[in-house]
Amino acid sequence: MQAFEYASPTTLKEALSLLGERWGEVDVLAGGTDLLSLMKDYVHTPKRVVNIKGIAELGGIRRTPAGLRIGATVTLDELLASPVVRTEYPSLWTAADGVRSPQIRNMGTVGGDLCQRPRCWYFRLGYGLLAQKDGTSLVVNGENKYHAIFGGGPAYFVSASSLGPALVALGAKVRLASASGARELSVEEFFVIPKSDAEREIALRPNEILTEILVPPATGVRNATYEVRHKEALDWPLATASVTLRMKGATVESARVVMGHVAPIPWVAREAERLLAGKTITEEVAEQAGKAAVAGARPLSQNGYKVRLAQVAVKRALLAAARGKA
Amino acid sequence: MKRSKDPESQAQPKGLSRRGFIRGVGLSGGAVGLLHPEGEAAPAPAVLGPGPVPITLLVNGKPHKLEVEPRVTLLDALRDRLDLTGAKRVCDRGTCGACTVILGGKAVYACSVLAIDAQGKPIQTVEGINAGGRLHPVASAFVNQDALQCGFCTPGFVMAAKAFLDRNPNPTLEQVRKGLGGNLCRCGTYVGIRQAVLEAAKQMRGGARNV
Repeated sequence: MQAFEYASPTTLKEALSLLGERWGEVDVLAGGTDLLSLMKDYVHTPKRVVNIKGIAELGGIRRTPAGLRIGATVTLDELLASPVVRTEYPSLWTAADGVRSPQIRNMGTVGGDLCQRPRCWYFRLGYGLLAQKDGTSLVVNGENKYHAIFGGGPAYFVSASSLGPALVALGAKVRLASASGARELSVEEFFVIPKSDAEREIALRPNEILTEILVPPATGVRNATYEVRHKEALDWPLATASVTLRMKGATVESARVVMGHVAPIPWVAREAERLLAGKTITEEVAEQAGKAAVAGARPLSQNGYKVRLAQVAVKRALLAAARGKA
Repeated sequence: MKRSKDPESQAQPKGLSRRGFIRGVGLSGGAVGLLHPEGEAAPAPAVLGPGPVPITLLVNGKPHKLEVEPRVTLLDALRDRLDLTGAKRVCDRGTCGACTVILGGKAVYACSVLAIDAQGKPIQTVEGINAGGRLHPVASAFVNQDALQCGFCTPGFVMAAKAFLDRNPNPTLEQVRKGLGGNLCRCGTYVGIRQAVLEAAKQMRGGARNV
């Protein structure tokens, strides 16, 4: 790890005054479960690290008229302990519970989950987000078992965020603060597919801190997440689906269907959403929606298996949501 | 990049000596000024390092003063500075659990915590769990159940199991399996480990049967 200077401010204002204008100068530290690894591998070599865990206003889960406000430094463990999250946002709860290491849940934060860097092994080895060498993709011609089946080219990594797909499906927003003010973005807009190595996979700017997540009220909606995993213990899922269904009686008024770990961003399955509108969720409808969700998949040489997994994840998430309470 | 010129004295870690402070300043290229008297213009937040910074770690009930660069992890501080080598450095990337310690009552990967960030909370390592010359029930259950082969992951598992049982005193086998999801054993002794945790739970509850 390269040496860095360190600050642990107690107010957001102080923290913002310590940030840099360009990526690479300053990194924000919360749980540290990703940042320390990135620094040890010299993927990140910040001159300064700003610890934001001492900033009280960035913590806490609170119900507001606009929905649930989750502070950026709330740990996954705290999120799981919230009765509101458990009963009203099972989709989010299941996604957090899918982080199967108690140690990571004790340390890792909600903001950190959204801001963590891709797990693509080429990225972690220093080849950048596009993972190119001499202008050609190392992913396409190399080991791509866990890479993208949607949205690929030129970037093929998959978004590592566990909560992203559920938050996109729930229509959540993030609040990003800088010294000159704050802005809100939908979580869907927060994730971006980079077109060059100079870009980032999230819309956060180097002089900003993600301060909170705002999840709209869950009244009248059913939501669920289903993960397909290679193993039960600590590892990322192979494919996931998070769904939110706005119901009118037994009929789906509108649906949000978002797949995880299949694209550089949480991947919205618009074909499946269109198919579900006006339908009642049955085994057959869920099966059709799963098929529609993966119809546009473009797998690489080693990850064709993910197409089927994503299809099944969508189907099972829909059935789980339909079983839940509205 | 902006650098702080006026560190606020109260934002400094406890045990900061003038000498250590100035040494840190020297190595960081003179970025940090002298302590600021109260009542003057709003001081900028303290920026420490990148040279050694005096810190205090509360390990197994005792405060330890040491000087570390901000980049030093809790794991390296424990092993290399305090000679507490129970927590093991294996993956060093928050993936295997061999470095598990209990920080502020919760199991964490010591490899993924900065030592400077571990101040102010009690840190418990595998060296600190035995009392009165007797093995902690978790450790003795590992012995009884022969819950190890090479033993390298064992201290991490013992600490993860202790933290788990502190929160779940009467777990089912399924809960134990899930509760130890953050630790790997490459010898594959999971079956023995789960039995050891169930036995320890029974011991810690005073011998009541596990249902």
